[in-house]
Amino acid sequence: MNEWLRYWVIPASLCVALMLTMLPLPSWSAVYRPDWVTLVALYWVLALPRAFGVGLCWCAGLLLDVTHGALLGQHALGLALVGYLALRFHQRIRVYPLVQQGAIILVLLTLKHSVVLWINGITGQAPENLLLYYAPAGVGVLLWPWIFIILRDLRRRQKLR
Amino acid sequence: MQPLFQRSTAITLRLVLLGALSVALLTLDHRFDHLELVRAQLSRLLYPLQVLVDLPARAGNWGAEYFTTHTELVADNRHLREERRLMQAQVQKLAALETENARLRNLLGSSSKVGSSVLVAELLAVDLDPYRQQVIINKGENDKVYAGQPVIDAHGVMGQIIHTGPYTSTALLITDPSHALPVQINRTGLRTVVSGTGSPERLSLLFIPTTADVREGDQVFTSGLGGRFPPDYPVGTVVSVQRTPGQAFAQVDARPSARIDRSREVLLVWHSRQPPPQGGDEDE
Repeated sequence: MNEWLRYWVIPASLCVALMLTMLPLPSWSAVYRPDWVTLVALYWVLALPRAFGVGLCWCAGLLLDVTHGALLGQHALGLALVGYLALRFHQRIRVYPLVQQGAIILVLLTLKHSVVLWINGITGQAPENLLLYYAPAGVGVLLWPWIFIILRDLRRRQKLR
Repeated sequence: MQPLFQRSTAITLRLVLLGALSVALLTLDHRFDHLELVRAQLSRLLYPLQVLVDLPARAGNWGAEYFTTHTELVADNRHLREERRLMQAQVQKLAALETENARLRNLLGSSSKVGSSVLVAELLAVDLDPYRQQVIINKGENDKVYAGQPVIDAHGVMGQIIHTGPYTSTALLITDPSHALPVQINRTGLRTVVSGTGSPERLSLLFIPTTADVREGDQVFTSGLGGRFPPDYPVGTVVSVQRTPGQAFAQVDARPSARIDRSREVLLVWHSRQPPPQGGDEDE
């Protein structure tokens, strides 16, 4: 029982990520908002692949769909896909230096944004400026080292491995 | 000792299953309305987070109200009193016009309009997808809000409710590109459809023939056709008319009357053709 209580950091960090997703920003900067939930979910997949797998990624994505008012399953599909890739290669990604890890994260974020974009396109809601659409992936990569370090410290304090 | 390599086939299988589930959900959500219940339950989970995010904005408002000076309050009060006097004068005229209208309609033998009932709601300071024009308001199914309900502010039509949760609901604004609204131009009675452009300052009037009589400054009102919005609410003002020779339709743009990106208080309308609050569900 107590064993499981130590895992509270995972739902707590996802809640904070969802709140950061909803936090009102000035409209010029809202399009640069990084995809917090995906970043946090990717960290947990890489750090605790046995506790946090594809299924939980999908659930987090579903909550993200409701937060965004998007079609149900849109972000869930994207998040499950990148979660799967991270899970398959987590042993390799974990030992990379931070810079190389950042490059992988950039690829994964771009992929997730693309999945959401394709579904938007199919349902006829594609944005006009594609370069701007991918800006959150770039911002997300810049934030990755900080997210990585903060969550790693939290995880070590809870002695999760 | 944990195994060094997880069975990758199990993970792949899980991904394939979840992928199929996502596609099923997407199709159901895009084509039908069956998932509203699921969305409502999930929004119940998100409600505490939304309230937490909204809290600083609310506290800021409360603080600003609490710390206003006496002189400001007096000035405000005086201003409101003047405004009220003006409004009262206008309402007197309105009452006379309403009775006259009812009498004329009686003579014509057509049914008269019944007033609509309204409820004041507040926007939550919560951001949604930056590429869609949506807002979250703090009234939901518990206040008998229904999907398809019109949302207005003090100046004009803002949008309509698309999803309802127990305590909150999501409204699609008239400036969203996927929103269309049947309207009428006040001066000429020309009926058309207004669609959003994605910008909070611009609406576009569709299917107006190049030869039609439309001018800058024309007022656009809801026509009530389609049955979702009550008639005669202001929608916008025509700001530009471009007639290109050789094209069937003129390009007409309007500025919305509602303060789309500035209002915090909005009004939810139950209008007469809808059965009032209870069971006012409507298919999308």
